[in-house]
Amino acid sequence: MAGRVFGMDVKRIEDPRLLTGRGRYVDDIHLPGMVEAAFLRSSHAHALVKGIDARRALELPGVHAVWRLGDFGAEYLKKPLAVTIPHPAVKQPFTQFPLAPDEVCFVGEPIAIVLADSRYIAEDAVGLIEVDYEPLPAIADCLKALEADAPRAHKGAPDNVVGRLRVNFGDVEKAFATAPHVFKETNRQHRGGPHSMETRGVLASHDAAADLLTVWSSTQSPYNARRFLAAHLGRDEHSVRVIAPDVGGGFGPKAAYYAEDVAVPLAAMKLGRPVKWIEDRREHFLTANQQRDSIWRMEVAADARGKVLGVRGHVVVDNGAYVPYGILLAMSSLNPLPGPYALPALDVTAEAVFTNAVATSPVRGAGRPNAAYTLERLMDLVARELKLDRAEVRRRNLVQRDQFPYATGMKARDGSPLSYDSGDYVAVLDKALALGDYASFPARQAEARRAGRWLGIGVASCNEDTGMGPYEGATVRVTREGKVVVQTGAAAQGQGLHTILAQVAAEALGVELANVTVSSADTANFPLGVATVGSRVAVTASASTHLAAMEVRAKALKLAAATLEVAEQDLVIENGIVHPVGVPDMKLSLAELAAKLISVLAVPVPRGFTPGLEATAYYDAVRPTYAAGSQVVEVEVDIETGGVKLLRYSVAHDCGVVINPGLVDGQVIGGIVHGIGNALFERMIYDEGGQPLTTNYGEYLLPTATEVPRIALAHLETPSPLNPLGVKGAGEGGTIPAAAGIVSAIENALEPLGLRLTDHPIGPQSLLEAIDAAQSKSGATA
Amino acid sequence: MAETRKISLTVNGTRYEREVEPRMLLADFLRHQLGLTGTHLGCEHGVCGACTVQLDGVSVRSCLMLAVQANGRAVRTVEGLQAPDGTLSPLQAAFLAHHGLQCGFCTPGMLMTLDAYLKENPHPTEAQLREAISGNICRCTGYQQIVDAALDAAGARSGS
Repeated sequence: MAGRVFGMDVKRIEDPRLLTGRGRYVDDIHLPGMVEAAFLRSSHAHALVKGIDARRALELPGVHAVWRLGDFGAEYLKKPLAVTIPHPAVKQPFTQFPLAPDEVCFVGEPIAIVLADSRYIAEDAVGLIEVDYEPLPAIADCLKALEADAPRAHKGAPDNVVGRLRVNFGDVEKAFATAPHVFKETNRQHRGGPHSMETRGVLASHDAAADLLTVWSSTQSPYNARRFLAAHLGRDEHSVRVIAPDVGGGFGPKAAYYAEDVAVPLAAMKLGRPVKWIEDRREHFLTANQQRDSIWRMEVAADARGKVLGVRGHVVVDNGAYVPYGILLAMSSLNPLPGPYALPALDVTAEAVFTNAVATSPVRGAGRPNAAYTLERLMDLVARELKLDRAEVRRRNLVQRDQFPYATGMKARDGSPLSYDSGDYVAVLDKALALGDYASFPARQAEARRAGRWLGIGVASCNEDTGMGPYEGATVRVTREGKVVVQTGAAAQGQGLHTILAQVAAEALGVELANVTVSSADTANFPLGVATVGSRVAVTASASTHLAAMEVRAKALKLAAATLEVAEQDLVIENGIVHPVGVPDMKLSLAELAAKLISVLAVPVPRGFTPGLEATAYYDAVRPTYAAGSQVVEVEVDIETGGVKLLRYSVAHDCGVVINPGLVDGQVIGGIVHGIGNALFERMIYDEGGQPLTTNYGEYLLPTATEVPRIALAHLETPSPLNPLGVKGAGEGGTIPAAAGIVSAIENALEPLGLRLTDHPIGPQSLLEAIDAAQSKSGATA
Repeated sequence: MAETRKISLTVNGTRYEREVEPRMLLADFLRHQLGLTGTHLGCEHGVCGACTVQLDGVSVRSCLMLAVQANGRAVRTVEGLQAPDGTLSPLQAAFLAHHGLQCGFCTPGMLMTLDAYLKENPHPTEAQLREAISGNICRCTGYQQIVDAALDAAGARSGS
């Protein structure tokens, strides 16, 4: 449904500022009288803090305070941070305190806040504090944490289990008892940290006269930040304003609620001066939530044609030391099942486990990449064992076009049946296969092998629930000057949200894009908001903007019709001018109509109209929309070095109606590269005692431009029937199947060695070890 | 009060004289003393490239330099890329046209790296451009639209 601007590859309205150094991120804001904070953080994975001696720190010129939690009032010692997403399965809801009162459970947990004239001095002061620790036994491996005699991540806890979950449908016992084939596989997956290029940051300022606490935060969720901060401080939400200015990437963990989010405002109120804290990269490694290991022990039952009859298994998820997000990662690992496949029966349980490491919470895709990896590896397993083509096995198992809307057998959180709204998964797969010349690959592979080169191809598919509820609202307003203003609670971290909302509003109202401005992510600017997570705001905020803009349009046309004495249905809006079709001289501008509805002192607005040419709408996102994608990856493996080169990457993606194709390309390609990092590079390593070993970019590798191939993309558009624009989300679909496709390709390249790969990331060292093991097992030489 | 040194340098054509502590990073000096917050700090250990500026025309990491080391030198930051009348440079315009940025945080470093690179290498291949920005990490874009923008700015497309 491309229109004048909707559906078009328009330039982003965010960019002129960002390209000229005029962005405004939290660290760019300087307030009069502002001081800077640094944190004293635990150097132990598990310990009791018996006391600190800050005398030398306090003697340092420029240091204003060194405070522990009790300095803010004894009541805070009994008030841990909220579990932001509670779940009845969480049996031990351990959360951090704004500063640890006594027990510290991971390296980096904040113990005291230091305030000084500059960050330089604050860090000097941290180095002068002496801490008396009593070390406690620590546990870092999530499987060992389940052993009966394992150290407890929390002192005195009965065990290390956060909670257990189960999803199931169909008769899985019967499926496995009667299936001609049953195969088993265990995989261990690791996803690493968020690594937004802008780290976290908080600036808090308390206006004592107005008793207004204002917080600028690099957050994906200013409304949740306000809600939890207000509750923690015992304040009314209206006395707390949270603003997310330009945010330099989020990828999930910036939606969480952290100790520093409370400690910094507490310090600002107590000191009576604005306080800023900017996370440095080492702190990001230590304290920003991550996704670490999840281990899937799985079984698949299939018939001779490769049709899957049932899937069952158990997942262990490393939850880290605390549950800021409840058990969400385990939930988001199970909930995407059965993915894009029509399975008759499934039974999977999950167990989330405490370890002495920083907490985990969703990173781009949450548990979906893990679930997709598992399903895709099972599809490869079935294909290999039954000697079938991997793409064909998928084609036979995908939900077919005529099955939509497809009830999977799973249940939503409210107990209602889950259903995929629309899609054509086979067409998506076939498009990706065509883009990647899958059919001709065996010839390419054979030719390369004759030349001593090891080429492989991998295939992976996924679908993704996007646009989850409840809402992101929008107000659309025409000003007296005829400009269109869109206000929303939805936040943006680089996705181009302002541009797509401007496109939606401009299309509905018949104005030029340059006449639309968008403001977002300021709790004083819009009453309600949720969070920019889970590929949801392109659906929720766009649909609300559309509904509000259409209401404004209707109001403008009604007033114009009454004023011009013509029928509403004869009117059009072009470039901000309302006129009857074919009669351009008989006209009223949106500015004139807005002025009539705004009016002036003692002049009533036109009879039958409410003041203001504006409307607010909340699209009711009752059910998620399901996007889909397939990826075909071609790799070359150097069996001498273990190096993997991505030769070719082909993707077909369906996120419904596309609002701006260039921005969707960017979301999908960026998501894929995050998945490439997960597959090949990113590993956050803790030693057995919980000491983090990878705390800089020399030790923890992110993909750079030279490791990434040019990615060929095709878009299919299956509109969602669930929202008025037909759109679906696009933020994570690139990431979800990427690791599965890459690992499949590497395994395919090394097929002559009989090599089996189950885990990721796959670095050169682990791949060489696997190659050596395979060669010594088979006695073959390369 | 900590010891300070007087430095004198040119930033984007404007001459500045300031007293700075010897340990002050060039990046912090630009951001917090001169208020030129377009230069960003992503890692502060010289890997991510977000803080890249040009020193006498050569791209450098401003997180790996002290402000005192810039004494007597000419620094150019992202704020100095566009024409005095505000017109975007061809590279900035190409980033705008190709969506070569998302969150915008790595963008100043990308621009300063590529601006210097393209002056030395006006007709790069895609592989050379990828090599040129391999010291600049972007977590959002996956690099492709950045590379497209740089190729466009270099005129590689129109010339081929």
